[in-house]
Amino acid sequence: MKARIHVTLKQGVLDPQGKAISHTLEALGFEGVEKVRQGKFIEIELSETDEKRAGEQVEQMCQKLLANMVIENYDYKLVS
Amino acid sequence: MKASIIVFPASNCDRDVAVALKQISGKAPHMVWHGDAELPASDLIVLPGGFSYGDYLRSGALAARSPIMNAVVEQAKAGVPVLGICNGFQVLTESGLLPGVLLRNAGLKFICKDVHLTIERNDTLYTSDYKDHKTIKVPVAHHDGNYFANEETINQLEGENRVAFRYCDEQGTPSEQANINGSRNNIAGIYDEKTRILGMMPHPERMIADELGGVEGLPLFRSILDTLH
Repeated sequence: MKARIHVTLKQGVLDPQGKAISHTLEALGFEGVEKVRQGKFIEIELSETDEKRAGEQVEQMCQKLLANMVIENYDYKLVS
Repeated sequence: MKASIIVFPASNCDRDVAVALKQISGKAPHMVWHGDAELPASDLIVLPGGFSYGDYLRSGALAARSPIMNAVVEQAKAGVPVLGICNGFQVLTESGLLPGVLLRNAGLKFICKDVHLTIERNDTLYTSDYKDHKTIKVPVAHHDGNYFANEETINQLEGENRVAFRYCDEQGTPSEQANINGSRNNIAGIYDEKTRILGMMPHPERMIADELGGVEGLPLFRSILDTLH
């Protein structure tokens, strides 16, 4: 089973990298870019086959390491 | 003074701190590898600057979960002073020993230069020897030094007088212009509730000899020695 995890910055946390990306998109001529927020995508292959247990495992991984709960949110999908 | 310096893969200021501590106390500190589970009984623990684990995931995130950190947290909670410099500050926030987080610098650039800092209080373990200083000049060298915490935490830090240093101009004013990396309230360093733990982005250990550009970092180490003895 695979876990596909997105870690994103919480609202209100400044994202200078997102801003720089936004400026560059503009410079490339893309119009209508109103806001860019940059996050992380993490894919984990799990030996666990039970969806509930896998979910609990990923939840723990996110809280203990993958996301810094002070500034980040996470969400994930399990795919078999 | 029995000091221990934790060495992570890609720590690069561990020896600078060792030199500073030896210069002050005459005694070489223990260098403790991050993979060790045991930490010798210490009266000071230092988490040095560097780029532990290549700053992968988040600066300090992987180092904060390395085996030795269990012992560091345990000793810190028992009252052993912990000084985290630069990457060490990031490790302290990632391990939950200090609140907040160090984000990418607001200007996105790695900043390597001498900066001025206000000494917010000179009655702590780390600053008692700064009686004659209102400000000091020490170097910074970081990419992720932009101190961030939510409003409530910032208010708590300010209310409890736990800001140790602020980026300021030469006259000692913590102006917006002097805020090199976008930190909330120009914060360059903070204490825990008991002022036993100090996390700071600037490098006092790189300002301990005239050959390095000055000695304004020395009183910080002298303060520790004076207070602990």
